[in-house]
Amino acid sequence: MTERYQRRSALAHLGLEARASVVAGEGGVTLREAPMRGLLVLRGDGGGKAFRSEVTAVLGIEPVVEPLTAARRRDLSILWLGPDEWLVITPDRRRARIERMLRDALVGQHAAVTDVSHGRTVLVLSGPDVLAVLAKGCSLDLHPRMFGPGRCAQSRLAKCQALIHQTTDAPEFEIHVPRSFAQYAWMWLEDAGQEFDLRIAPAE
Amino acid sequence: MLLIECPWCGFREESEFRCGGEAHIVRPLDSESLSDAEWADYLFMRTNPKGRHRERWVHEHGCRRWFNVERDTVTHEILAVYRMGEHPPAEPATGGRRR
Ligand SMILES: [Zn+2]
Repeated sequence: MTERYQRRSALAHLGLEARASVVAGEGGVTLREAPMRGLLVLRGDGGGKAFRSEVTAVLGIEPVVEPLTAARRRDLSILWLGPDEWLVITPDRRRARIERMLRDALVGQHAAVTDVSHGRTVLVLSGPDVLAVLAKGCSLDLHPRMFGPGRCAQSRLAKCQALIHQTTDAPEFEIHVPRSFAQYAWMWLEDAGQEFDLRIAPAE
Repeated sequence: MLLIECPWCGFREESEFRCGGEAHIVRPLDSESLSDAEWADYLFMRTNPKGRHRERWVHEHGCRRWFNVERDTVTHEILAVYRMGEHPPAEPATGGRRR
């Protein structure tokens, strides 16, 4: 297992720290990476009482039933990926512990917990022109009448598999992409955001 | 480009989906006792109609769920969408099924 101190962000080679603006939020859009998130794929019977209560006991959040929605409590989030599939987002330092607790709680159930943290990275796009940037490469209707804070959807962004999650009204979107597509997705977003005076913010 | 209604995610563009061929083909339970011709019929032979056709589709770049689509193979009009395990609508439908 790779030691924590040896892990590197999927975008470490781009030297983004040196390019990050000191003053955040002055452009039309701001882009940053949120590397090293704890990402756990949870599968189980969403309608099952035992599954729901065990997951709720560990996370303090119920597995969301409404498609394309997410719930959050303190530093944990749970995103709907399918009727029997969720993504649990944790801080990196709590990832292994929460994975173990979920596994232990779900022993004997037809359920699975899979750590996918190393296979993905999260890009965070915010600012008033966010929707215009995303509309260049994504067919999802992200307009407030259809989308909003607490909503998430899997689709494609510039042909790249992406999970798009609106976290705040600001608006701020977290975009999960496969790690091997991180540079492609970042550079595409940088290019798409150029006309909106895109700024780079320091990574989380 | 078709707009296809995933029973879970709603309307999405065609490129998020993949077609998995004819729906409602039941795997023979007693495959050992089948003749080669019967097995080949199960494995390879499809109705391939001109007109209404029931197909399995998967929302590959979305929720990754399989579901059924009733589609006109001439006009590409989608007549119905229903989940796995649900029965196909008996009468010709006028549009996509609502969740
Ligand atoms: Zn779907």
